[in-house]
Amino acid sequence: MTPFDTLTAPAVPLRLANVDTDQLLPGRFLRKPRSDGYDNYLFHDVRRDADGALRPDFPVNDPRWAGAPILVADRNFGGGSSREGAVYALVDAGIRAVIAPSFGDIFYSNAIKNGLLPIRLPIEAIERLWDIAEADPSAPLTIDLAAQTVRPANGEPVGFEIDPFHKSCLLAGTDDIDLTLEHADAISAFERSDRAARPWRVPAG
Amino acid sequence: MRVRAAERPCQFAAAGYSPPMTSPTTLFEKIWRQHRIVERDDGQALLWIDRHLCHEGSFHAFDKLARSGRKVRRPDLTFAIADHYVPTRDRAAGARDPEIATMIRLLGENAAANHVRLFGLDDPDQGIVHVVAPELGLTQPGATLVCGDSHTSTHGAFGALAFGIGASEVAHVLATQSLWQKRPRTLRIAVDGRLGAHVAAKDVILAVIARIGADGAAGHVVEYAGEAIRALPMEARMTVCNMTIEAGGRAGMIAPDDTTLNWLHGRRYAPKGADWDAAVAEWRGLTSDPGAAFDREVALDAAGIAPTVTWGTSPEHALPVTATVPDPSNEPDSGRRAALEAALSYMELTPGTPLAGIAVDQVFIGSCTNARLDDLRAAAAVLKDRRAAVPVMVVPGSSAVKRAAEAEGLDRVFRDAGTEWLESGCSMCAATNGDMVAPGLRCASTTNRNFRGRQGPGSRTHLMSPAMAAAAAVTGRITDVRELA
Repeated sequence: MTPFDTLTAPAVPLRLANVDTDQLLPGRFLRKPRSDGYDNYLFHDVRRDADGALRPDFPVNDPRWAGAPILVADRNFGGGSSREGAVYALVDAGIRAVIAPSFGDIFYSNAIKNGLLPIRLPIEAIERLWDIAEADPSAPLTIDLAAQTVRPANGEPVGFEIDPFHKSCLLAGTDDIDLTLEHADAISAFERSDRAARPWRVPAG
Repeated sequence: MRVRAAERPCQFAAAGYSPPMTSPTTLFEKIWRQHRIVERDDGQALLWIDRHLCHEGSFHAFDKLARSGRKVRRPDLTFAIADHYVPTRDRAAGARDPEIATMIRLLGENAAANHVRLFGLDDPDQGIVHVVAPELGLTQPGATLVCGDSHTSTHGAFGALAFGIGASEVAHVLATQSLWQKRPRTLRIAVDGRLGAHVAAKDVILAVIARIGADGAAGHVVEYAGEAIRALPMEARMTVCNMTIEAGGRAGMIAPDDTTLNWLHGRRYAPKGADWDAAVAEWRGLTSDPGAAFDREVALDAAGIAPTVTWGTSPEHALPVTATVPDPSNEPDSGRRAALEAALSYMELTPGTPLAGIAVDQVFIGSCTNARLDDLRAAAAVLKDRRAAVPVMVVPGSSAVKRAAEAEGLDRVFRDAGTEWLESGCSMCAATNGDMVAPGLRCASTTNRNFRGRQGPGSRTHLMSPAMAAAAAVTGRITDVRELA
């Protein structure tokens, strides 16, 4: 996956709470191969009106924010289903970071695994970012993962929390299966001792 | 980074339970400690996974595994069940849509290539993964269980630590039988007192979500406790734990007790004979010790919970059926007001309208939330000797549930009422198999998500219990089932 270090780019203000994974990627597209490019399905239904035309009032459709790789949304972004396709859709559409007051837990994990940086900020900070992006759609935000800050142009940096493990995975772009296999001996030792302690745990049917 | 070795797994005496921990410990903590392979200083733990359930949607993960040249580490702990894409009608003909047929075929191919036991389209034990695994006794107290589906929280009803994961994590578990997890916080939700007549587990969990919000349990493992929870049968406990994810919870759990053990005993993959006795000796210790500390506690009074329905586009938009559609102008926060207005606009509802009386176009009784035998009995009790006023699909949670329901004549009740009695699968809950609510139509549904477009583009969903859905079927309107009973 692509490592994440710093990013200076404009942000799309998405003043919406509970942007669930069904909105990000409707279930009927989950059967599509990744090679199709999941960006075709991002926000597929909510960005269109009943006739299938792109709604001009949906910020992701707005040409002023075309190509902006940062989304700034309201609470509970990515709640709902475990579908990693919701992250694929964002990543394939060029989104590198999502800023929101809270995230669905599974979405958050999926994002980390795909090099998409989820940033939790208080709603007051988010509201400022919305105001800035709406006042000047080209205004860049600078995200510095190593320093754990988000800085608006001509503004003070705002700090954010991220788990050190997640941070190191994102900075390095590592595949965590490789990382886990460094513990292969510990896994095998656990497997043996657990089997001895609880032989009944393995399904016998 | 410094890694310290796992503590020795907790040891349980064969007769009775003697915890090695000194301070009072939560149920969650006991399972966490027992499954920790390594724990890093930053709080990330590599957990051993006892059960891994796959479905058609796991194809991304199998692809990733194949591309990396890795194999499934423990096929004997991995089970593949076809549910998300299976047709509910004309099953013998298979799926008509070639893409959907491919999804079912791929699951079979990936299972065969990796020597994983498959419960495919034509298996007598096929059904929704979260219904089938408990039925077969695969879901057990104290186990860690994962699946690439958010409703994996269902299995916590047995006192397991069970949670949904994404495709990358599915690939990780396939390859290593382990998973990195950050230690979650703990939330105890106590429901004390007794539930009123015709108030179901679905009403309890909708009331919980309305109280704490759709992200109210984010980052937490929830343990449900209290008299009303203890009184629930296993099917109802599964309903409660199932929708923990709709409050944002990582997992929901209920400590195992006699109800759990009686339900599990004798099932196909449950331990047998002396193994059963050894397992029970350990399982008896799987409770939160008196005085164990939770990061948060929430209490609800069971007697205050009414039959509950959702009116909006998030499960937190839930109210007693006796209430009216809320008025956004009463919301002082502009962001929240706009969200309420958007939800009402999508749902085409006017503030102040009584929820009871809202006309529905169709009814769906199914899903991993509410399609077990008890759920079908509750719906059938309302439909008996009545006729459905709108189209109704009844989709049993598993093929075994379907057979059991037919053995006691429930299928005749459903058919006599004019409803469709169908084959098991996720069907119109996930709307991935082609069963969809048409744009603009309103569906009374026993499912778990009333998200925009969840049941099909433009669909409008009202979540409710099986008895309430059956009542809506009879009148064609959202109806307080207590008035029909």
